[in-house]
Amino acid sequence: MRALLFFVLLLGVVANAPAVDLEGEQLARYHDLNAELRCLICQNRSIAESDAPLAQDLRAIVERQIAAGRSDGEIKQYLVDRYGDWVLYDPPLNSGTLILWAGPFVLLAVGLLVVVLMMRRRRSAPVSEPSLDRDRLARLLDDEKPRPSSDDDDSSRERS
Amino acid sequence: MRWRLIVPVVVVMMLIVLLGYGLTRRPDVLPSALLDKPAPEFDLPTLASDRERIRTADLKGEVTMVNVWASWCVACRAEHALITEISRRTGVPVVGLNYKDTKEGALRWLGRYGNPFAVVAFDQRGDVGIDWGVAAVPETFVVDEEGVIRYKVVGAITREEMNENLVPTLEQLKASDS
Repeated sequence: MRALLFFVLLLGVVANAPAVDLEGEQLARYHDLNAELRCLICQNRSIAESDAPLAQDLRAIVERQIAAGRSDGEIKQYLVDRYGDWVLYDPPLNSGTLILWAGPFVLLAVGLLVVVLMMRRRRSAPVSEPSLDRDRLARLLDDEKPRPSSDDDDSSRERS
Repeated sequence: MRWRLIVPVVVVMMLIVLLGYGLTRRPDVLPSALLDKPAPEFDLPTLASDRERIRTADLKGEVTMVNVWASWCVACRAEHALITEISRRTGVPVVGLNYKDTKEGALRWLGRYGNPFAVVAFDQRGDVGIDWGVAAVPETFVVDEEGVIRYKVVGAITREEMNENLVPTLEQLKASDS
């Protein structure tokens, strides 16, 4: 049973193993780069995860360029020239991505500001002591009593 | 104390506007990295003959449209009639870039539906497609007389797209050309 399981697992590994002729450090770079590059058709997957034809082509390009001795930066630039910053999962900071990078911090700052303002306001507000004005309370309670309707004259006269 | 009421309302309104704007966008259409850049170099055999070649330089001299297509691409069939119509209406020649296709399949497709292309470049391996930043067929590029990419349509051309963007762009470029 265990042998069978092992065999199935091994089969899975072999089936997923990329047909690349890279070794050691180059193979590691290949996997790292693939994980950082976005597939353009399946949009929410890296080209390492996707089996779309385009992802296969891009993986082949990465492999070829690593084998040709190109640096990671050069390979990324090659793809950015063609597909834009979009292919990068780690987009560079420029005018177009400024909101992306700064947005969360701006929101955080606004949130902190609101919290600080609210706390300060609460602290400076005078603590209102509960005032128990018996006369006023009685009057309020009286007002809450249902008003007698017009055809109910007898009861109202009795009470007053 | 009124601001406590106004601020959340304003924030929610802003969110609604933002989300509404998001609904009008098409997330599958990526901005092209090649807009206003020279068309990428290519040198390919034509579909008609292995001995004939078509190169980037052949795009210069007049406004052209480059249509990336394949016989296995269903959306290409949908836009086929419109490609023909655009070419006839504007007089702009359409260069086909046959992408990852077989010669037989491509020729059969043209025979069955008609050939709207002035010439078809045969990019069997899809290398030129990658140089042009093609993510999925069909894609259509407008190249001006200097060989610079001026406009790009991702996906099948619709009648709306043709009337509102493509034809006006082509006519404008042609007018500035002459």
